[in-house]
Amino acid sequence: MRVVVDFDLCESNAICMAVAPEIFEVRDDDFLYILQDEPPEELRGKLAEAVQRCPKQAIAIAED
Amino acid sequence: MATDAAGVVVVGASLAGVHAVRSLRSEGFGGTITVIDGQPHTPYDRPPLSKGFLAGDDDAAAIRLGGLDELDVTWRLGTTAVGLDVEQATVTLANGTLVPFDGLVLAPGAVPRRLPGTDELPMVRPLRDLDDALALRAVIDGAGGQEASAVRVVVVGAGFIGAEVAATCRDRGVEVTMVEMATVPLEAALGRHVGGAIAALHRQHGVDLRLGASVEGIDPVDDRRCLVRCTDGEPVVADAVVVGIGVEPATEWLASSGVRLDNGIVTDERLAAAARIVVAGDALRWPSGRTGSLERIEHWEHAVATGEAAGRRLAVELAGGDVDALPVFDPVPWFWSDQYDRKLQLAGRAGVDHDMEVAVGGLDEDRFVAVYGRGGRATGVFGMNRPRHVALLRQRLDGDVSVADLVEAAAAL
Repeated sequence: MRVVVDFDLCESNAICMAVAPEIFEVRDDDFLYILQDEPPEELRGKLAEAVQRCPKQAIAIAED
Repeated sequence: MATDAAGVVVVGASLAGVHAVRSLRSEGFGGTITVIDGQPHTPYDRPPLSKGFLAGDDDAAAIRLGGLDELDVTWRLGTTAVGLDVEQATVTLANGTLVPFDGLVLAPGAVPRRLPGTDELPMVRPLRDLDDALALRAVIDGAGGQEASAVRVVVVGAGFIGAEVAATCRDRGVEVTMVEMATVPLEAALGRHVGGAIAALHRQHGVDLRLGASVEGIDPVDDRRCLVRCTDGEPVVADAVVVGIGVEPATEWLASSGVRLDNGIVTDERLAAAARIVVAGDALRWPSGRTGSLERIEHWEHAVATGEAAGRRLAVELAGGDVDALPVFDPVPWFWSDQYDRKLQLAGRAGVDHDMEVAVGGLDEDRFVAVYGRGGRATGVFGMNRPRHVALLRQRLDGDVSVADLVEAAAAL
């Protein structure tokens, strides 16, 4: 499970950070940082929720 | 009664309805799903209509909701539902067809309020759907043959839609007059002080902002333009008038259906209006434990979250599961608005009837954080270009926290 963010779409709404702070962080420079791009399986639920909640549909899960 | 093959019917193909379908499928519902909507368009996302789509950055394909093909849905788009019979478990379509259901998702959304006496004026319209946005974009793009700076848009109502339209139009170089009855923009939503900061923002960007004013009348000038008379200031010739004075839940068609209506479709705390009938989106009115009253919310994320919760409940109910074991629906609400180079976000609740304390920065700065509360208890966090603060402090609002503690937490981030 790999986190894929389309940074051209990302607007730093930080919803992903509210849902899954273990994976996503919007810092004071207003840019999104991915803290772990291959998160452990137990974070799948939170990651899936972040995918659904992103207002820009900028997050995807890749299985490879 | 409906037969076993009837499946689930969803009324409303916008964000809430689509998320209800996603949730039904991810919860394992394998029956047929039929989605009915009066609009002919493939489901699309509305926030860009006043932002990127209006600005010309996004086209219609870019704002389509993704992942629809894998949901295995029968789409009945351009087909209006005109009635519901709870006892018979049928939805009536405009052509008289009865559509039976085993389970029903009501996500009909809301309809914009109109300005009285403007039905015959095609240049006066809301900004709610794709066709509204296409019409306004054509005006901005110079459909009348003028340069952008010769186009004037009058925005009636400085709520979120109106303020976003004003900002996008100014970014495109179009002249804007915005008329608002309250003393500041967004007064009801954010109160006078933050609203005052937003008034200053729009004036800095050249909006002719008329506060404490209303539209007295609109008369046609020719087939393309109209003259707008306000209670304050000179009359304005407008190429388009965008009416953003709020919406009403689209529930007229449910008047004799048997579901309870009261400024929306009233449900229980798990979003059921009746057995095997759930509600999501703008038309939902549900009992919030957080506020102790019936609430109706028109935000984007609320449509997603209620769609998910309603779909899950219906899937569990149709599978014979224990719906009372599901969590009640009561998250901390959140929304955002983009205006010029600013990102406005609110987590929780705020408004003119709340106390407000600035926690980070100042109201006259590009970036600040404000905490809202009542009786010393924090109810909301507002961020101007402060998404990190809003995301982190939103979690604190899920529990009981004082205004003072939240202000301190904001300052420490």
